[in-house]
Amino acid sequence: MKIPNSCRDISGLLLAREDRSLSFGERLALRVHILTCRACQRFEKQTLTLRGALRAWRAHQDHDDPPDSR
Amino acid sequence: MHTPQTGIDMQELARRIDALRPTLLRLAQLQLRNPAWAEDAVSETVLAVLQGAQRFNGTSQLKTWIVGILKHKVLDQLRLHAREPTLADTGDDGEDDLDELLFKGNGHFREMPEHWADPCSELQRDQFFAVLEACLDHLPNRQGRVFLMREWLEIDSRVICQELDIAPTNLWVQLHRARLRLRECLQSNWFGAAPR
Repeated sequence: MKIPNSCRDISGLLLAREDRSLSFGERLALRVHILTCRACQRFEKQTLTLRGALRAWRAHQDHDDPPDSR
Repeated sequence: MHTPQTGIDMQELARRIDALRPTLLRLAQLQLRNPAWAEDAVSETVLAVLQGAQRFNGTSQLKTWIVGILKHKVLDQLRLHAREPTLADTGDDGEDDLDELLFKGNGHFREMPEHWADPCSELQRDQFFAVLEACLDHLPNRQGRVFLMREWLEIDSRVICQELDIAPTNLWVQLHRARLRLRECLQSNWFGAAPR
């Protein structure tokens, strides 16, 4: 199996992580790459920001606003 | 109309349902991408809410309860239409363009990904959600459906494969494309857009 090591591969893993659990090898490749790659560090932060934003959106749609936020 | 002591006032309930209807329809349409199916899901939700009103115990919020029912009815619609050809999207979804926009031939980022500030601060939250929903709405139908099954219905990926009768690799590809596309849309229309 080809070891994922380009930013394209690594960003693919960062996106896949939202939908499935990564294998041990994938997690290792991800951590090793991200240690030294600023671009993928940023990309990872973006995926986490988006994860939080989607969670907030879902909560906003699914529940009443707290009374003080109107 | 009979008003049970433990249930909810039926007139008040009807008023609340009316007020919620646009929200329910918007969410159903975002997930189903078919106005007729969305209407069906919302009608069935309203019916179930009225029929089940006595069981609403008031400990959960009314909207939470109703949206919970809507999610079930929306999933029923997805199951009902899962085998229809309309669910299978047609044609080109521009994946190559998207990849080339982001990466060079050697797999490196073309541009340094930007720092994204928290979009959910009190002041801008509603504006951000509007942009987010526009971007979700812009996803190709097939990608949009599986993406919202994950992120709105919160269904496990394996279960999505069963419900839609698709192979896991197919699902991963759809979700990957949806996430890349959503990221690009938000970069252009929110995070990288001119100050608001």
